[in-house]
Order: sequence, then structure tokens, then C-alpha cells
Amino acid sequence: MSDQSKQAEIVRQSLKRRYRKERRFRAYGIIAIAIALSALVVLFADIIGKGHSAFIKTTITMDVDIDGEMMYLDDASDERQMKMADFVEPLIQALMREIPGAGESDRDAVRDLLNPYASNQLRDALKEYPDLLGTTQTMELLSHTNVDVYVKHAGDDNYSIKLNQQQREWVDQLVEKGVVDTSFNDVFFSRGDSRDPSRAGILGAIVGSLLTMAVTLVLSFPIGVAAAIYLEEFAPQNKLTDFIEVNINNLAAVPSIIFGLLGLAVFINLFGMPRSVPVVGGLVLTLMTLPTIIISSRAAIKSVPPSIREAAEGIGASKMQVVLHHVLPLALPGMLTGSIIGMAQALGETAPLLLIGMVAFIVDVPGGFLDSATVLPVQVFLWAGSPELAFIERASAAIMVLLAFLISMNALAIWMRKRLERRW
Amino acid sequence: MQAANLFLVTIVLALVAYVLGYARSRSLATPLGGIRHLKSLPFYYGARAALWCGIPALIVLGLWAAFQGKVIQLLVVGSLPAEMIPDSEGAASLLLSKISNVASGALPPGFAEPPIVEAAERLTALRAQSRWYMTALVVAVAVLAGFLGWIRIQPRLNARAQVEKTLKWIFFACAALAILTTLGIIFSVAFETIRFFGKISFVEFFFGTQWSPQTALRADQVAAEGAFGMVPLFTGTLLISAIAMLVAVPVGLLSAIYLSEYASRRVRGIVKPLLELLAGIPTVVYGFFAALTVAPFISNFAASLGIDASSQSALAAGGVMGIMIIPFVSSLSDDVINAVPQTLRDGSLALGATQSETMKKVIFPAALPGIMGGILLAVSRAIGETMIVVMAAGLAANLTANPLESVTTVTVQIVTLLTGDQEFDSAKTLAAFALGAMLFLATLALNVLALHIVRKYREQYE
Repeated sequence: MSDQSKQAEIVRQSLKRRYRKERRFRAYGIIAIAIALSALVVLFADIIGKGHSAFIKTTITMDVDIDGEMMYLDDASDERQMKMADFVEPLIQALMREIPGAGESDRDAVRDLLNPYASNQLRDALKEYPDLLGTTQTMELLSHTNVDVYVKHAGDDNYSIKLNQQQREWVDQLVEKGVVDTSFNDVFFSRGDSRDPSRAGILGAIVGSLLTMAVTLVLSFPIGVAAAIYLEEFAPQNKLTDFIEVNINNLAAVPSIIFGLLGLAVFINLFGMPRSVPVVGGLVLTLMTLPTIIISSRAAIKSVPPSIREAAEGIGASKMQVVLHHVLPLALPGMLTGSIIGMAQALGETAPLLLIGMVAFIVDVPGGFLDSATVLPVQVFLWAGSPELAFIERASAAIMVLLAFLISMNALAIWMRKRLERRW
Repeated sequence: MQAANLFLVTIVLALVAYVLGYARSRSLATPLGGIRHLKSLPFYYGARAALWCGIPALIVLGLWAAFQGKVIQLLVVGSLPAEMIPDSEGAASLLLSKISNVASGALPPGFAEPPIVEAAERLTALRAQSRWYMTALVVAVAVLAGFLGWIRIQPRLNARAQVEKTLKWIFFACAALAILTTLGIIFSVAFETIRFFGKISFVEFFFGTQWSPQTALRADQVAAEGAFGMVPLFTGTLLISAIAMLVAVPVGLLSAIYLSEYASRRVRGIVKPLLELLAGIPTVVYGFFAALTVAPFISNFAASLGIDASSQSALAAGGVMGIMIIPFVSSLSDDVINAVPQTLRDGSLALGATQSETMKKVIFPAALPGIMGGILLAVSRAIGETMIVVMAAGLAANLTANPLESVTTVTVQIVTLLTGDQEFDSAKTLAAFALGAMLFLATLALNVLALHIVRKYREQYE
């Protein structure tokens, strides 16, 4: 055998090994992607699995005798009487009628199936329609959280069910009769926070988030665009410009919690602004998102071809006219896309808002920029820290709402990029 | 009037000034024979009047709104009888909140001492006064300056140049806000940090191995003195970041290599956005996942093996943080790998190397500096990450390297020390700012270093 063919033989044998290595390397890549994607799938499955049941509420529908004598009430339009009246009794009586086996000694056990606030529903109805007094009405009342948990999670070992054996049998009977039923949880979308999981909602947090985002958008978009225009079009090549650019790049990488410290020290302690209000939250998030917006706006300005500028200058436009009349309109779609992504980041941000006090327990839906408020991600944080699983369930549901907002914002950004951005 | 409403009023006044300025320039131009005898277009005369009207008024408004709270506080405290003037900042903030509670009606006046009720009345009066002065001053400034701007409109005035110059300065101010923000960060952490080191020695902070910031709330209270040694926080942060990097670097790097070298266009078009989705998920969601799913899973799994694991193990927080950082590492590596010139690739393949050999022996070494830069950026991200560790890591500062034990981090301590009620001069709150300063310096150093490496690397191939 010649030398050459010997070499060829060696190469052929090593080739097998080398191809095996090649395949192994490819497999590593596939495994890495599989790990990342499975983490994504597990994350989503976990949150949906934990939270989907929060979109359902458990109600008790029954005929209630609105009996004045039982309630110590003979005129529902009399405010003083309304304050003293007993709105719980008719509900207990109505529910006792639905449970055949329940005697007078079971009163307390029966009452504990009703939500402590169910009586408010009756009171509010009477306040609005005083004529209802003395009639029998079919009412849909919120059940107690314990009943809600039992109906939704009876077989689940993670949930501890705080109903005794007898109450469980009653609830089973009531479910069979259709008195206890489940429906879409509108409470979750129409109320603020509450100590009672079945009455806790995310409307307060959503409104708080919207107010905070409004402040952030109003401030960060114009300032970011103006800064980008200056840096791209007007800034002279000097030390100051370099320093500004270094600052922007570094601020983009500063941990968000540091902006919280800044907000606490400057806006709250130095300027004496109130704590936990959307204005301060918006200011802090503005400072945080500005670098993102500036960087993406600069990229958008850069992508406008020089021929546009030259043409405008050629017919006698001043530098400012070139920028404002020609470059800016062409760069605007790209700027908007970048800003939407920046706003999505700000919407999911939690840490700096914790430091400026937006973690308070707030029941009311905020009505303005200077009302105490909380935001969606902070609401998730607050509920996730609760030992009650019913709150965890709501935290997951709030995460789903938050993710829905974020995904639609990002989808909007992608759509705008495809639709409006021009390529030269 | 509220500051927000006043802002709108100023805008309206500026619009009015615009319309008047526009009209005046036109009426000045008519006897001359039309607007072509003006130095600038009527639009610019209007805009000039609007700027004259709006800018000074808005500056006054901003300054007033920023400082009125503080000034009113000082006036109210200053008017208290001598024996009630608080001696410490903590007492001052307590007193102020009491006064404002009485003023807002949250605390009935009967429950407070007479001087406080008086102070509350003064507070309410001062607030009303301040609003009046602010409204009067801002409107006066707007009208006066607007009028001055309007009256000086002449056909020979080069309004366009003036408006453009002003706009340019406004744009510059917006860009300079970045410097202001950095300065704000430095000053806000620096002052408190200096005060902190006035109470706690450098040596204790940097070399102490005990962290338990429970100081006495009142002077006469018997409580632990509090220990402020940041070594356990530092090691805890490093442990969690190291775990995160162990997850993120191999997974991120390998997936970037696969996507840039092997994957078809279609696969890339699907997988890349999905990976980026991981980066878009808010950190609080990862924290939720780590605290309520991964941590219990790890501790149950360890228990089934007979190992003792904390329910707030560093492994859970670090692992989930690693998942969060995967897209960060993979997109940075992707950029760096794509920046390696095609000629290197072609040369290696032409010599008969397989794709993986090309990758491992040629492209990877060439891209290594850039990849290192990317990893440093990822480390700085991991160190500064807050929500995952606040929710999933512990509070107790254990000095340990065991990933199954609970550790605490710098960011967790900042959040714990600063949420809830606080006095502003206790060593506890000041410690949070000192930790913030350390965090800022550490991430700044990492970022500067990383950006430097990445830039150097780019230049090499340009």
C-alpha cells in the first residue's frame, strides 16, 4: 500500500469520529434551545394552571324574602333606619330554606357559607330601590371564599379546605340543586384590592398602571425624541457630547432598583412629593426608560438616508427645517416602535416602585395622578407573598392580565414596524 | 390651582400668544405689501411669541411645584413653639406626618396637642396661599413675557433664527438630562453613604461577616445593636449570580451558535422571537415562578433524596434568574458571532474542517473577547436583579456556598430596609443607600469594562 492510501485510510477512520463530534455538537445546540423553550412552556403552563380558576367566581342564587320585620326596617328610604337594619338575617333564612337538613343550631355554619359582604349587596339594592322591601327577590350573592375554594379545588391537596364535613355536604347538595353555581368572575375586573380573596380585584392596579404609564409616556417620548435629535443632528463633536453618550449608555445598564433609590432621595425626600402616587412612579420610570427610547430613536434617525437631508438642504431649508419637516416624520414610526417596547418594559417594572412606596394596601381605585395607587406587577408581588392560596390564584391571574397587556403592546410594535417602517 | 391644571393653562396661553403673534406679523406685513416682506414666515413670529410666553412660565411653575412642599414644611416646623421643635430627623418626619394627618382630616383635631392643631391650620392655609401665589405668578409671567414677545415683533426681526436656536437649546437640555440623572443617582446615594460611614466604620462594613440591621427604634429600647458587615450579602449575591451564569451561559451560547450556524431560516424565524419572549417577561413573574413553583419543587426533590434543602434555596432563585438571562446572553453572542468575518469561516471550511471544528477552533476563539464582554454585561444584570431574589431568596444573611441553603443579596436587603415605615437617619435606612452605592459602583465598573472589551473587539474586525 502506498503512503497516500495509508493516509487516506487514517483520514477516513478519523472522519467517522469527527462526524460524530459534529453531530454531538449540533445536538448540544438543539438541547440548549429545547431547555430554553421548555422553560418558557413550563412557566406559561404553571401560571395558567395556577391562575385560570381565578377567572371564575362562586355564587349563591336564591329567593330572598326581604322581610321588614326580620330586618328591623319599615322604610328603606330612611337613612337612619338603614344604618341600624339587619341585612344578614334574610340571607341566612333564605339559605336555610335551601338546605333541608339545617336546623336553628346550624345558623352559624350556614352563615359562614355566605360572603361577609353579601349583606352589602342587599343593602345596596334596597338603597337604590326602596320599594323592594316586603317582596321576594331572586338574588345572586357572592359565596364565602372557603366555599369558592371548596367548589373549585375540592380534589386538590395543595388547597386546605376550611369547611367542616357538614358544610361540605351542604355545599354538595346546593351545587346539585343549582343554588351554588360558578360564573365569570366580574368582581376580579371591577374592584380594587381586598383582604378577602373572593372580593379582591385588579381594577385598582390596572388604573394605577395606566396612570403611571400615562405620566411616563407624556414625559419620556418627547424628551427622548428631542435628546435623540440633538445627539444625531446637532451635537458638535466634543467632550460634552461624548460624556452625554457615555452617560446614556451606562444609564441603560444601571439596575432598576437604583432608580428607585434616586426617586426616594430626590423626588420624595428632597422635593417633598407624596409617596406611592402615580406621578412619582411615572417620573422614576421616565428616567429609567429614557435611555431605551433615546437609543432606539437615534437608530431610527440614522436609518433615514442622507439623500433626504441633502435634497431638503438643496432647496434652501435650514437645518432645523430639514430635521423637523423631513427627517422626523420619516423616523417617527421607528421611534414609536422603540417607545412602545420601552413602555412595555416600564409596565413590567416592579423594584423601583417598591422603594417609592407603591406597595401599600389600597382598596380604592385611584381617581387621579396624586391618589395613592399600586400597579399591576406590584399587585402580583403583594398577592404572591400571601400565605392564602386563593390570593396566589389571583396573583397568577393578574400575571396573565399583565402578560396579555405586554404581548399586545409588543405585537403592536411588531405590526407597526412591518406596516409603517420604510426601508431604503 | 393644581400644578397640572396650571400647566394646561400655560399651554393655552402659549397657544393664544401664537395666534396673536401670527396675526400681528400678518397685519404688520400688509402695509408693506404681503408676507414676502417679512424676514421670516408668520408661523415663526407666532412660535416666537409662544416660546416667550411659555418657557419662562413653565420654568417658574416647575421650580415652584418642586420646592413648595419642602418650603411649606420648613415654615410649619419653624412656627412651632420652641419646646416642640424636633431634635432629630426621625422625630421631625413623625411630627410632620401627624400635622398633615390633622390637616387632611384623617386624625380628628381632638386627638392632637393644640400647637399641632394650630400647625395643621397653618399648613392648610399655607398650602392654599402657595397655590394662589403660584397661579398668580405663573399667569403673570406668561402674560407679561408673552406681551413682551408680541410687542417686539417687527418685519425685520429674524424670528426663524431665534426660534430654531431656542429649539436647539431645548433639545440640548433634553439630552443633558442623562447627565443630570447620573448626577442625581450619584448624589442621592453618596450623601447617605457618607452619613452611614459616620455611624458605622469602613472596616465593619467591608469585612464584617455579620449582617443583622435591627437597630433599636427608641433610645431606651433594649435591642440588638445591629451588625452591618456586607460580606455575607456579597457572597450571597455572588452565589446566586454564579448559579444564574451556570444556567444562562451554556444554554444561551449554544443556542446562539446553533441558531446562527445550523438552523434554517424558518427555524430561526420561529425560535428567535420565542427566546426574546423570555426577555420580555417581567421579573416579578419570574420571581413568582421561582418562589412558588421551582423552590418548593427543589426542596421536595432534595427531601426525597434525603438531603436537607431550604424552601428559599439559592438554587431556585439563581436557576430562574439564569433562565431570564438566557436571551440576553444568546442575543449578545449572536451579534458577536455574526461579526466574525466570513473569510475566517470560509478559510477554515476550505481546509476541510467540519462546521463544529470551525466553530470551536476558529470562530469561538476569534469571538471570545466579545463573548466575554457579553457575559460581563449579563453578570452585571444578575447582580442588579431584584424581584426574583426578593421573592425567592431569603432574608437571613448566611455565609455559605451551599446552593441548597438560603442566602440573601444586596438588592433584597435594599428593598427590605426601605419598604415600610422608615426614619431617614437610622443606620438601617442609611445602610440601604450604602448598599445601593456599592451596587451602582459594581455594575458601573462591570458595564464600563464590558463595553470597552466589546468596542475593542469590534474595532479589531472593522
